[in-house]
Amino acid sequence: MLKLESIRKAFRSGQDIVLALGGIDLDMEKGDFVTVIGSNGAGKSTLLNVIAGTILPTAGKVVVKGRNVTTLPAYRRAQWIGRITQDPLAGTAPMMTIAENLALASKRAHRSLRLAITRKRRNEMIDQMLSLGMNLEHRLDDPVSLLSGGERQALTVTMATLARPEILLLDEHTAALDPGNATRVSQLTEEFVKRMGVTTIMVTHNMEHALALGNRLLMMNKGEVVYDFGGQEKEALTVLDLVELFSKQHIVDDELLLETG
Amino acid sequence: MASILIHAAEQGLLYGIAALGVFITYRILNFPDLTVDGSFVTGAAIASSLLVSHGFDPFLVLLIAFAAGAVAGVITGLLNTRLGITDLLAGVLSMIMLYSINLRIMGRPNISLLRVDTIIRVVERGFHPLGGMSVLVFVGLVTLAVMLILVLFFKTEIGLVLRATGDNERMVIAQGVNTKRMKVGGLALSNGLVALSGALVAQYSGFADVGMGIGTIVTGLAAVIIGGSLIRSRKVLWMTTSVLIGSLIYRTAVMFALRYGYVIGFQASDLKLVTSIIVIIALVVPAFRERMSRRVKAC
Ligand SMILES: Nc1ncnc2c1ncn2[C@@H]1O[C@H](COP(=O)(O)OP(=O)(O)OP(=O)(O)O)[C@@H](O)[C@H]1O
Ligand SMILES: [Mg+2]
Repeated sequence: MLKLESIRKAFRSGQDIVLALGGIDLDMEKGDFVTVIGSNGAGKSTLLNVIAGTILPTAGKVVVKGRNVTTLPAYRRAQWIGRITQDPLAGTAPMMTIAENLALASKRAHRSLRLAITRKRRNEMIDQMLSLGMNLEHRLDDPVSLLSGGERQALTVTMATLARPEILLLDEHTAALDPGNATRVSQLTEEFVKRMGVTTIMVTHNMEHALALGNRLLMMNKGEVVYDFGGQEKEALTVLDLVELFSKQHIVDDELLLETG
Repeated sequence: MASILIHAAEQGLLYGIAALGVFITYRILNFPDLTVDGSFVTGAAIASSLLVSHGFDPFLVLLIAFAAGAVAGVITGLLNTRLGITDLLAGVLSMIMLYSINLRIMGRPNISLLRVDTIIRVVERGFHPLGGMSVLVFVGLVTLAVMLILVLFFKTEIGLVLRATGDNERMVIAQGVNTKRMKVGGLALSNGLVALSGALVAQYSGFADVGMGIGTIVTGLAAVIIGGSLIRSRKVLWMTTSVLIGSLIYRTAVMFALRYGYVIGFQASDLKLVTSIIVIIALVVPAFRERMSRRVKAC
């Protein structure tokens, strides 16, 4: 489904060159769910950006469904790839209403001069908002800018599901939310991933999530994958094991220490 | 007095179509587009020269003017999205290029339409039971039709994507849309409307002049801003309505200033200065108010 071949990415910052990714290889089958952990600056977001096409790798190859998409623009990869980032503002259009945002998401290819929101579509939207349980069904005509971060992120997840991507990239997508909303949004995401069997990569600083979800776990450091646990190996891992591995790598992750208490 | 108001209303509606064009770029696409100062004249120039030299139908020339304006918008869009020239500079370059092109189209700096059958004359003949109101009724119908088509367009799938492109471009890309193409399309629509307005104004006033487009962006902004301060809504129907109301108010104010302004020493040539100052104030006041309220909160 998704294959990365020795992906390298170097950023120029002033005189220096930062190697954000130093040769990443990854092969994911359909339905695989990979969780990615690693300290700040390890290159996790850069990796997801390279897959989504919002940045071009310096070297290497991105293959989706057997097709080399390394230089394909991001908007064309969007037919397979959905992405949710940490920023609740990124996934929705603030001046437009909830209904309009949902309408934008439900239709990927071949937009035409048909009416975007029909009565039937509106009723579907009400059901979709009811299933969120956030009382948004009464607010379909409110601009999204009036919603809280948690509500916006829940809407973003709903929009991602409507688009039915085959690959889902999650970049700490609950990190900016309060614990209640974070739990709700991760539940929604889990339900979606399970129901659709979508191939997923989830970046997180929460070790428990990283262990509880998915069938494979990558630990990144300084642009490299330093550990790769699949299947039973991953089942056997504990938070303590991970903490130990981190210290072995001399990785200091402030966020990690905070969240594992 | 009544005739001043009728003329102001006629002009407010005709220039209102250009203001709708400015509204699309400035409010919807978030792209400050200066092409309009040129494309307004392009519409007037094409309409006039086709009417005078080639005896075209006065309605047909409106469509041709729209298409020509759209091409101008496409050029600005390509300069910006394909060649990476900033939005303001892309607009300025198009505007300057259009100055030469408009002169080419016209063959001379101005064309008189006194001897040809303009749309206004056709309407005066056709709507003659309405007497002095015939032109106003016609112009009102045309402008309302343009506005309603626009409102409907913005409710379609493509229209929705166009609005979202100006609101959160990254999100629209993630929805699988080529936003560059969307911007080019939006600029085409905007400048098409501006050129349509130019073609109508030329036929209305009986001439085309290569300098008649100067300040189109500013008067368009004035209409958008005046209207937006009166009707605060995010609904496209209300936003477009407010633009037309803004244009009507602006033209009425201009009429009165030209007619009675001499009392305070106002001359017609001061108009662009005064309009620009009004726009500056309208742009600065909200930002200033926000800064003040933040300062108060900080205390
Ligand atoms: N646009 C850029 N220009 C220059 N350097 C960049 C850019 N984007 C990322 N980097 C650098 O690349 C490295 C990897 O960054 P990245 O954002 O991928 O880290 P991350 O693993 O997502 O970290 P975090 O956990 O803090 O989100 C960092 O050293 C960062 O400073
Ligand atoms: Mg990151």
